[in-house]
Amino acid sequence: MELLAVFLPLFAFIVAGLFGKQIGDIGCQIVTSASVIIAAVFSVILFFEVGLGDYEAYSTILTRWIDSGTFQVNWALRVDTLSVVMMCVINIVSSCVHIYSIGYMSHDAAKGRFMAYLSLFTFAMLMLVTADNLLQLFFGWEGVGLASYLLIGFWNHKPSANAAAQKAFVVNRVGDFGLALGIMAVFVIFGSLDFDVIFSQVSDFADYKFVFLGYELHALTVASLLLFMGAVGKSAQLGLHTWLPDAMEGPTPVSALIHAATMVTAGVFLVARMSPLFEFAPVALIVVTVFGATTAFVAATIGLTQFDIKRVIAYSTMSQLGYMFFALGVSAYGAAMFHLMTHAFFKALLFLGAGSVIHAMSDEQDMRNMGGIAKKIPATYTMMWIGSLALAGVGIPGIFGFAGFYSKDMVLEAAWADASWFGHYAYWMGIAAAVMTAFYSGRLIFMTFHGKPRASKQVMSHIHESPAVMLAPLYVLAFGAIFAGFLFYNSFVGSAHHGEHDAHHIAKPLASGDHHDTAMIESTTKRNAKEEIKKAAGTIKAGIETQVSNVEEKMIGHAESIAEDHSNGDLNPRAKSDNDQIDAAHTDKHTNDHDDKAHFAATKEDFWKNTIFIRAGNDTVDAAHGVDLWVKLLPLIAGLFGLGLSYIFYIVAPGLPEKCVKAFKYPHQLLFNKWYFDELYDALIVKNALRLGRVFAVAGDKNIIDRLGPDGTALASLKTGTIFGKIQSGFIYHYAFIMIISVIGLVTWFFMKAW
Amino acid sequence: MVDFPLLTAITFLPLIGALLIIFGINGKQEDVDNNAKHMALFTSLFTFAFGLFLFMRFDPTSSEFQFVEQSNWFRQIGIDYHMGVDGISIFFVLLSVFLTPICIVASWNSIKKRTREYMAAFLILESLMIGTFCALDTVLFYVFFEGVLIPMFIIIGVWGGPRRVYSSYKFFLYTLLGSVLMLLAILVLFMQTGTTNIVELMENPVARDLQMFLWLAFFASFAVKMPMWPVHTWLPDAHVEAPTAGSVILAGVLLKMGGYGFLRFSIPMLPEATEYFTPMVFWLSIIAIIYTSLVALVQEDMKKLIAYSSVAHMGFVTLGLFTLNQQGVEGAIFQMLSHGLISAALFLCVGVVYDRLHTREIGRYGGIVKNMPRYATVFMIFMLGSVGLPGTSGFVGEFLTLLGAFRVDTTVAFFATTGMVLGATYMLMLYRRVVFGPQHNEDATKMKDLNQHEYITLVPLVLLVIGLGIFPGYITNAIAPSVEKLVTRYEQAIASAPDTRNADTTTQNAETGAQQ
Repeated sequence: MELLAVFLPLFAFIVAGLFGKQIGDIGCQIVTSASVIIAAVFSVILFFEVGLGDYEAYSTILTRWIDSGTFQVNWALRVDTLSVVMMCVINIVSSCVHIYSIGYMSHDAAKGRFMAYLSLFTFAMLMLVTADNLLQLFFGWEGVGLASYLLIGFWNHKPSANAAAQKAFVVNRVGDFGLALGIMAVFVIFGSLDFDVIFSQVSDFADYKFVFLGYELHALTVASLLLFMGAVGKSAQLGLHTWLPDAMEGPTPVSALIHAATMVTAGVFLVARMSPLFEFAPVALIVVTVFGATTAFVAATIGLTQFDIKRVIAYSTMSQLGYMFFALGVSAYGAAMFHLMTHAFFKALLFLGAGSVIHAMSDEQDMRNMGGIAKKIPATYTMMWIGSLALAGVGIPGIFGFAGFYSKDMVLEAAWADASWFGHYAYWMGIAAAVMTAFYSGRLIFMTFHGKPRASKQVMSHIHESPAVMLAPLYVLAFGAIFAGFLFYNSFVGSAHHGEHDAHHIAKPLASGDHHDTAMIESTTKRNAKEEIKKAAGTIKAGIETQVSNVEEKMIGHAESIAEDHSNGDLNPRAKSDNDQIDAAHTDKHTNDHDDKAHFAATKEDFWKNTIFIRAGNDTVDAAHGVDLWVKLLPLIAGLFGLGLSYIFYIVAPGLPEKCVKAFKYPHQLLFNKWYFDELYDALIVKNALRLGRVFAVAGDKNIIDRLGPDGTALASLKTGTIFGKIQSGFIYHYAFIMIISVIGLVTWFFMKAW
Repeated sequence: MVDFPLLTAITFLPLIGALLIIFGINGKQEDVDNNAKHMALFTSLFTFAFGLFLFMRFDPTSSEFQFVEQSNWFRQIGIDYHMGVDGISIFFVLLSVFLTPICIVASWNSIKKRTREYMAAFLILESLMIGTFCALDTVLFYVFFEGVLIPMFIIIGVWGGPRRVYSSYKFFLYTLLGSVLMLLAILVLFMQTGTTNIVELMENPVARDLQMFLWLAFFASFAVKMPMWPVHTWLPDAHVEAPTAGSVILAGVLLKMGGYGFLRFSIPMLPEATEYFTPMVFWLSIIAIIYTSLVALVQEDMKKLIAYSSVAHMGFVTLGLFTLNQQGVEGAIFQMLSHGLISAALFLCVGVVYDRLHTREIGRYGGIVKNMPRYATVFMIFMLGSVGLPGTSGFVGEFLTLLGAFRVDTTVAFFATTGMVLGATYMLMLYRRVVFGPQHNEDATKMKDLNQHEYITLVPLVLLVIGLGIFPGYITNAIAPSVEKLVTRYEQAIASAPDTRNADTTTQNAETGAQQ
């Protein structure tokens, strides 16, 4: 099944790529869309089996890839909760984008090629998330980079598109430079790139040091930071983010699929996948948190000032990725993945909605030339509102909220619950970004749809609602943007503490949608009843023995260290310790109802099983359920405040933005010019590299090497006119002559010696 | 010598073809040219088939030399005619016999003068290349190794571009110094050991002090051939002036002779000197990677750009060879083979547009994806291969090399990995300027897409570049035993070396060995 889910898009790419002419545009569209939709169905089935169900995670080894001494890497597909979540997100969003593209690209000449590239991207992304080892992940990583390059530069007659495509590839390569070194470091530390082998050994290397760049450093920290550098590039975090806004040169469906929902989240996935490594590298986690938080803030500030509708959403993407990263940094991997999933839906929705607007406005992207079109395209308008509300994180606590409401709040609460300086830094940066996010979301809606029409009459007369083929995918994504958070809250980040703490906290939705989960748990409970009771007894006993005042925390630690121990001793930890952990969880829930120190009873652990590893005492998602009320309420207030502010700025008093720009001229300049990153890089790196290249070419090769070498010799010989006399005609003979002389000399000498 | 002398046969088959072409064809000029072409193609294809046959008979699990032939040449002093291939050299033989027919097809319409001589020169070149990789006697090797240059000179000098004389002269000057020194080294080796047998020389290294001088002498020759920085400046000029097929063979096979030399002579025969000079090679490799990549960034000439990229890629090769661990050496060999395919293909791609517009200037093209979509696709695949995208053969070699380097010295690996970024930059710039963008030259917009000849030359390369990227095992498995032998022998030689100055490094190496 996973074979089909991954390789169908490849099949579609090959068919549409090689035989595009034969099967025609419609053929291409049918083949690619059908393949991806089927792949999506399989992914969802896998999600129910492996994620929500109790199927064992497994790897399918296809064949050997590279084999050199101890360096052995396979082509393999790994199916576990982490990968099936990603597979679902990728294939569902990709299906929507495939269908949408049929409408959006209907005026384009190269429809077949476009569909083929989309399928290629889907395949590469699936290879990335189902990788069983770091090198295959790198294959997918570079593969999506290639697809992104091809799609950004899809309109290859446009110089700006080509420049953006090249920039995306090269900037990503800078990140990949780190990723590649990180992979090498991992191999040197663990002697393997297989995830199972790495994870099972990781605690043995907790204090391992090795020499890197001449310094003796903590090996796991170095490896983690190098891997993170790859994530910074791919996920457009601060420093290597400059390609993402430019990537908006690509067709809008591409922006939705690649530069919002899937590819840019690969960095988040990477860190989540490598959680065992990062958990043993606390410094790396701090770096991740700070990078994420700062990115969330900076990107949001830039988003405030941009006028290109797609760029606003792009900066918002960058900002939301920052949220995911600081969630990772505080060990709230589940929360990061939760936000990744919900974000994929509402951000793809926003992009496709923006595409629908652009389509309607005859390819206009500047919001200054829009306005007053809400009534003309009501469906798109509604969709954009849904996306924006989800992005802003609006909801009614305890009852229902849009997807972003659950995930973003969870991320922020986890950051606060980390109770560290960087966790708090992330929280406040996140709150500030949340205000701005809501503000620019509102700004986008109001500028685009409300007010007086600013477009020309001709454009206005052409405005039409998009065809059904474009609207249908929007509805699917809108469904996700509304319900994804509500439905999957407990699976991704639910916790046993939930029940206890709700009494005095804002209630998050209960496991209302999860009947089958409970059923599943009960069935397993019966099956494993005996062992469970034994284990539970052991756990409790051990817990009591510690006899520390804070029993609760200690027991979390203890139970986890048991799981950890199991995974350490075993080459294939998942199968075994998986059960243990689940057992422990079930036990707690069902046999120890009275014991309110139950730690694993939530569906979170059932869901993630062992794919995410959190060190003892680091589980901020659990802790997040117990943070103070104001910490939980503030994100929502921030969102509402931002939306309200934008309403005042753009509806109530439309002159205000102008005044603000005048009042804060220099800060505005800084933000409007994106903090001058592009200019800085151009001046510092690009110009100097080219200058250096010219210096080397002229001064190095021509003036030094050649002058001292061949040209100098030639000049000297020409002057003396003796040695190489008539170079121009005789050089071959000279050469042959010297060779013959040498051989004769050699042979003579041999003969002499023989005598 | 009961068996049929397979290696002699494959080595001299093309030569026989060449002689037939020179002496056996008479008649009108047109007929002569036509017959010469067909004759050359037939001979080279036959040789290729022979090569495949050889590969089928080859035992990939053995680290020994196979199909060995040995007979006296100069009886009095014991210089033998001694041929044989192991897991390392067999692939270079295959690369040579694979690229030659492609070269001949690529020259089919583009060579207009002296076709007969051109075809003969190519077949002679092929003979000498195969001979170089099969020779197991130092003198025999020297004859082949240097002999290769003569047809190459002629190909550049006669069928080359306007500055061909300067280029071939430069080529000549550089190689002259190296070859004289190498000859001296071979002589000294013989004086010391009394043998010219490569196998014996590999088993019995000479004294440490002597090794140093000999190593430098060999290095002078191989470094020029690679070419390593700073003796690389002949390569861009030679490429620019050479006809397309000349560039293909030059980049595809001739550059690999330097790396092959390191594998056959420097490392196994002179292990202690190798260890001593390793840091120097590392830093020269890194300089080569960074320096030439930066130079490639500012080139305006397509062939020059690819030539500089070749120097950078060869930097990875020298780096990998001298890591002296399984991954590094295997990676370097794989990188040589892969570069042989990719750079050959890139020069063919340049040849395609050069044949149409007769200029190599990047700025004269642009936007040709519109009128040449198939060309753009093929060119892109090779461009990505050169960049080292996973899934192409370029990645496997590059990554293994860097991994080998990382195990030895992280700093070296760190700097070498920057080549990944720079390589992507110049190749993407080239591609963008030639293939994408607005069409601003009318004649460039009228160029026709790939013709049948060009398909025949490029499609096999596409298949190989992708195939070997996904299943590199077909090559690495056969290389592994020979490389393992090379590495273990090197480690033993270092470990048993009387000199205690290197005690630290010795243990380090022993550890490395243990890890494998």
